[in-house]
Amino acid sequence: MTITGLVAILLAAITTNNFVLSKFLGICPFLGVSKKTDTALGMSAAVIFVMVLAAAVTYPLNVLLENHDMAYLQTIVQILVIASLVQFVEIVLKKYIPALYNSLGIYLPLITTNCAVLGVVQLNVQSGYGFVASVVNALGGGLGFMVAMLMFSGVRERLEGNDYPKFWDGLPITLVAAAITACSFLGFTGLVEGIFGA
Amino acid sequence: MAEKKTLGQEFSKGLIKENPVLRLVLGTCPTLAVSTSIENAIGMGIAATIVLICSNIVISALRKVIPNKVRIPCYIVVIAAFVTIVQLVVKAFAPSLDEALGIYLPLIVVNCIILGRAEGFANKNGVVASAVDGIGMGVGFTIALTLMAAIREFFGSGNLTLKVIGYGTTLQDVFKLGETDILTAIGLEPILIFILAPGGFFTFGLLMACANRIAESKGKPKAELKSCEDCPMAASCSLKADGKECAE
Repeated sequence: MTITGLVAILLAAITTNNFVLSKFLGICPFLGVSKKTDTALGMSAAVIFVMVLAAAVTYPLNVLLENHDMAYLQTIVQILVIASLVQFVEIVLKKYIPALYNSLGIYLPLITTNCAVLGVVQLNVQSGYGFVASVVNALGGGLGFMVAMLMFSGVRERLEGNDYPKFWDGLPITLVAAAITACSFLGFTGLVEGIFGA
Repeated sequence: MAEKKTLGQEFSKGLIKENPVLRLVLGTCPTLAVSTSIENAIGMGIAATIVLICSNIVISALRKVIPNKVRIPCYIVVIAAFVTIVQLVVKAFAPSLDEALGIYLPLIVVNCIILGRAEGFANKNGVVASAVDGIGMGVGFTIALTLMAAIREFFGSGNLTLKVIGYGTTLQDVFKLGETDILTAIGLEPILIFILAPGGFFTFGLLMACANRIAESKGKPKAELKSCEDCPMAASCSLKADGKECAE
């Protein structure tokens, strides 16, 4: 795959195919951990880390399964690999890099059942990406998650203390704010095709 | 479960009182993603319900065999196995549904409704009660999904596909409108954004506000995103062991 193709994948994953705001993957942390900008940043960093690692680790396993006509086992293998990978990363960080563990570690348990991680792995299989393209797609997806989280945490900080109807308080108003944030991402439609003429 | 409930109550609690989507706020990702048409919503609902019932039965039957410390990985394997079965069946018998649901079909594995019920119900209750709980929760999920899809599809495309896995009709055909949609026929225009991503968030917020309004009139607390102690991952979460607070 050419460099242009890789840049197109990266850019598309961040903007037009944003994981949170156009593919609805990873909504739980998006709504749950976006109250403050610094927690949003920590969570997104952990997600990027795990997504890239998961894409890199599952790619050879997928190839192995496909070569042995066992592609139907992909879902089971992927989720097990991701779950053990997250645990493993957590233990290693705790032992060897406590500083990083203290800033990212608390978000790691939340990531195992985050559909963005399994989602990116599944998307890579479906799109037939090679190793580099898979990793780039995962990186783009993670960065897109970070962009969405940061934007949204800003919006939510502005929402605090505002006066809205009683029954919209809490989750409903957060969802409406997310709708408006998602609207802004509609502006990216056609961006990647426009630049790279795909 | 503090008090013993009858099977009827186990079934009906999932429909409204403890509706997984609108009251427990679980499974938000598939709810937002596949609610663009009623056909997709019902297909997704049925697929998730089958997985939920099967995994609830198996996990409940194995609850005394599975060692407590490794139960979450065990649950995930059981759930992933059933998801794979459903995925293959859908691919074989309803290829158009498989195409429409895309990656959201395998993503049922990480749907927190299923893991949540395994951890919160099936590992404490008998096989029959767990199966009934699975049916109730699954139907509740399907109802919420269909409701959302109906709103989004009607306002977004001016049509309703009253179909289940390819069988059925559309509202356009019922009124014999040909290619014209209902909203255009009565002199309005479809609001395309309802089908797009922002419409999903907006409709979900709208339904959530309605659910909160109804809950308030019944004296129940409003729906909130799960806090740490209700989280299905709480038991295996390393934060608890360290005595730290959850990321939220």
